[in-house]
Amino acid sequence: MPNMTFAEKILAKYGHQKTVEPNQIVTVQPDHLLSHDNTAAIIQKIQPELQKYGIHNPNLSIIVLDHVIPAASEKTATNHQKIREFVQTHNIKNFYDIGAGICHQIVVEKGHALPGMILLGSDSHTCSYGAIGAFSSGIDRTEAAALMLTGETWLKVPRSIKMTLTNSLQPGVTAKDVILHIIGDISASGATYCSVEFHGTTEHLTIDDRFTIANMGIEMGAKNTVFPVDKHTISYLKQRGIQQNQYTPINPDPDATYALTYDYDLSDIEPVVALPHSVDNVKPITEIEGLEINQCLIGTCTNGRLSDLQTTAKILKGKTVHPSTRLLVLPASRQIYLEAMNEGVLDILAKAGGVILPPGCGPCLGAHQGALAPGERCLSTANRNFKGRMGCKEAEIYLASPATVAATALTGKITDPRKEGN
Amino acid sequence: MRIWQYDDNINTDMLFPGKYTYTCSIPEEIIPHLLEDLDPEFSKHVQKGDLIFAGHNFGCGSSREQPVLGLKAVGITAVVAKSFARIFYRAAINQGLLLIECENAVNAYSKGDPVSLDVDAGKITVGEKEFSFPKLPDEILAIREAGGLLAYTRKKLENK
Repeated sequence: MPNMTFAEKILAKYGHQKTVEPNQIVTVQPDHLLSHDNTAAIIQKIQPELQKYGIHNPNLSIIVLDHVIPAASEKTATNHQKIREFVQTHNIKNFYDIGAGICHQIVVEKGHALPGMILLGSDSHTCSYGAIGAFSSGIDRTEAAALMLTGETWLKVPRSIKMTLTNSLQPGVTAKDVILHIIGDISASGATYCSVEFHGTTEHLTIDDRFTIANMGIEMGAKNTVFPVDKHTISYLKQRGIQQNQYTPINPDPDATYALTYDYDLSDIEPVVALPHSVDNVKPITEIEGLEINQCLIGTCTNGRLSDLQTTAKILKGKTVHPSTRLLVLPASRQIYLEAMNEGVLDILAKAGGVILPPGCGPCLGAHQGALAPGERCLSTANRNFKGRMGCKEAEIYLASPATVAATALTGKITDPRKEGN
Repeated sequence: MRIWQYDDNINTDMLFPGKYTYTCSIPEEIIPHLLEDLDPEFSKHVQKGDLIFAGHNFGCGSSREQPVLGLKAVGITAVVAKSFARIFYRAAINQGLLLIECENAVNAYSKGDPVSLDVDAGKITVGEKEFSFPKLPDEILAIREAGGLLAYTRKKLENK
C-alpha cells in the first residue's frame, strides 16, 4: 500500500478505491452540501427537475440564510421567501433562518461537519471545516443544483502541501497573523488546486484559531485545508454533544508524498496587515502603523467567534472608540452573540461605541450594511480585501487580526496591539 | 475578434462585484456589470468570438458563478490564462466555457498578434508560434459535450 496524504486517503475512501494518485478523478457522495442565500438561484435552475424527480436526499442539504440578512430589499426578501418554501416542500431539516449565524460557523457549531467527512458548499469559504479534520471545498451554484438532484459529483485528487509549524505564538500575535503571513509568503496562488495539511505544533492553536486559518485556505488557492484531530478537537465536539464514537478521523500516513513542504516558526511571526487590493500584499504592522482608518470591522466567518470578541473587549474595556473612526461588530452566530452578551462582552463593546450587527455576513461582501464611501479605508478581520469588495471600488480594505482592529479602533490609526496600554 | 488582456490574480469581485451577487443571477442582469470594476469598456464593446488573455490565478476568490455565466453569455470563445483558480475552473466546465491553461501562449502574445484556436487538436497559435494545451480528462469532456453540467445531469436522471 502506498502511503497517502489526508486528501488521497479520504478521496480513496469516498471514491471506493484502494489507493488514488494526484490528478485521478473520483466520483464521491459528500456527507453534506451547504448553500445559503444563493439557494434561491440554485433551485431556480432546476425547477422542472425538482418537480419531476424531487431532491436526492433531504439530509444532504444544509441551508443557512446569512448573506443579506435581514433582507435589504424586495428582491432579497423574495429570495429568502423562495428558500423557505423550498425547504418546507422538500422537508429539509438542516435549515437555519436569518439570525442563526454565518453558514460556516453553523455547520461546525451544530455538529454537521465531523472529522473524516466530506462536505461541499456553494461558498468559497467552505474550506473552513478542515479546522476539525473534515475535507471541505467550495463549488459553484450549478454544481450545487446538480448535487441536490443526484447526491454525487466528481473530484480531482489534489496534490498536497505539508506546512509544519514549530513553537508557539508571541503575545499579541494571533492565528490571523499566521495565515496572513503564510499567504504573504506563498502568494494568493501558492496553493492552487492543492490540499494544505498543517502539521507540527498545532496543539498550540485552539479550534477557533484553526478555523481562522482553514477559512483562508482559499485565499492561497487551496482546494481544502486540514488540521489533525487532537484533544482540542475531541473536547470541542464533546461540548457540542458529539462523542468520539460518532466519527472516524482520517490521518495522513507518515511517509505520504507532498508536492511542497513549508516550515513556519510561530514564534517568529509578528502582527501583519494585508494591504489593498490583494490578500497576499502582506506587510509587518510596523511598516503601516499610523495610517488613518475610517471603519473598523470585527467579525465574519474568519474572525467572528467568541474568542475574537473577548480579545476585542479586553482591549476596549472602559475606553471609547476614537471619534475619527467607527467600529462594527458582527458575532458569527446567535450562540456566540448570546455567550458574548451573557459574559458582558457585548456590553463593553456597545459602551465603547461599537455598533453590534446581527449574526451574518454583513459588510464583508458589500451587499448591504457597512458599505464604504469613495476614499474611505476599512481595517477588517474579514478574509478578502479585493477592490470593490465592500461596495465601493474607490475605497480601500486592509485585513488584520481582531487584536489589531481593536487597538486601531481606539486611535483611529493602524495600531500595533503589542503597544503598552493594549 | 478582439483580445482582452489582463494581469495576474483577476478576482471574482473584479469580474462581477459582490454587491450584485444576490440581485443579479441571469445573463441579462449580469452582463451590464461584467468586469465593471476592472475594465468598464469590456461590457460595452465585447463581441461574440472575442478571447481573454490573462496571467496567473484568473477567477480567484468567491464561488459566485456570475462571471462564468456572463463571459459565456457575451460569447467569449475562451479564456487563455497562465493558471486558473479552481472554483472558477469547475464553474467554467459546468457552463461549458472553454478555459485554456497555457502560460507560454500568454507570454508569447503582444498586442495585435493574430491568434487562432483549434480546440479539437488542442492547439493555439499566437503570431507565428503554435502551442499545445492538454485535452481534458474524459469524465470532464463528457460534461462539456453534454452542453454543461445541468444538461449532463438531466441525461443521467433520464437514464436511471
